[in-house]
Amino acid sequence: MIWGVLQFPGSCDERDALHACSLIGDARLVWHEESDLGDVDAVVVPGGFSYGDYLRAGAIARFSPAMEAVAEFAAAGGPVLGICNGFQVLCEAGLLPGALLLNEDLRFHCRQVELIPESGADGHFATANVGQTTTRTLSIPVKHGEGRYWAPDEVLDEIEAKGQVAYRYAPGQNPNGSARDIAGVRNEAGNVLGLMPHPEHAVDPLAGSTDGLRVFEAVAGARV
Amino acid sequence: MAKARVLIRPKEGILDPQGKAVERALPALGFEGVEHVRVGRMVELEADDPERLSELCEKLLANPLIEDFEIEQL
Repeated sequence: MIWGVLQFPGSCDERDALHACSLIGDARLVWHEESDLGDVDAVVVPGGFSYGDYLRAGAIARFSPAMEAVAEFAAAGGPVLGICNGFQVLCEAGLLPGALLLNEDLRFHCRQVELIPESGADGHFATANVGQTTTRTLSIPVKHGEGRYWAPDEVLDEIEAKGQVAYRYAPGQNPNGSARDIAGVRNEAGNVLGLMPHPEHAVDPLAGSTDGLRVFEAVAGARV
Repeated sequence: MAKARVLIRPKEGILDPQGKAVERALPALGFEGVEHVRVGRMVELEADDPERLSELCEKLLANPLIEDFEIEQL
């Protein structure tokens, strides 16, 4: 399969994402001005500070030609993974519910966290069995200052009921004050996933964990 | 060109840690009795078509899920 990794001015994790994708398939960068994704089978919107994070994180990136192409790609059932700033972009674009706000304690946090995959996030998350959780947690780093997941209570109830919560921080590990310990969510169809932790930084034993690969593998099988 | 000022603030009920941090810092500087501090953003602009300002705010300047905005024509 071929992965397309978006690159905005201000992206900084696209190289690690490219490396992670290349462990599963072929991968190439997609510059933000490209309006045609070509033959890619899955898209990664990587971390960083797209367009300087001016106004709000992700607010300007969503209007880029590449993101408009990603919105069409997602609507057609293509798998899309947003990591950190990419998660913020997908929320701003309305492809995922909710928003990411400043960390509760106003500090930038950079550390390894344990994630609990929910209802099929650990496999083909489009065909999730709502209510079933896998027991093995994922060890993946976070590094962000604006990662507090927030949505109105009724939206949180709805996404929980529909099995759209993909990952939660393990008890006591929520680094940012995210509502209900939510670290990642997917869309209703199941082909778009966003999370604040960085699976692309956890794909090599040298980095202490290879659990991030499981996130990429889940996305690879998420076409609907 | 019409001049306008847009005020954007966090919605009621959403924790505003910037406001809290400012509020906590004030007593140390001798400013007692200040509460409910909320930190928002202000954007000044000039527009050919002021009729479209509201749409522009909803789409870009504010995120209506988490922020309220007010447009003030100058």
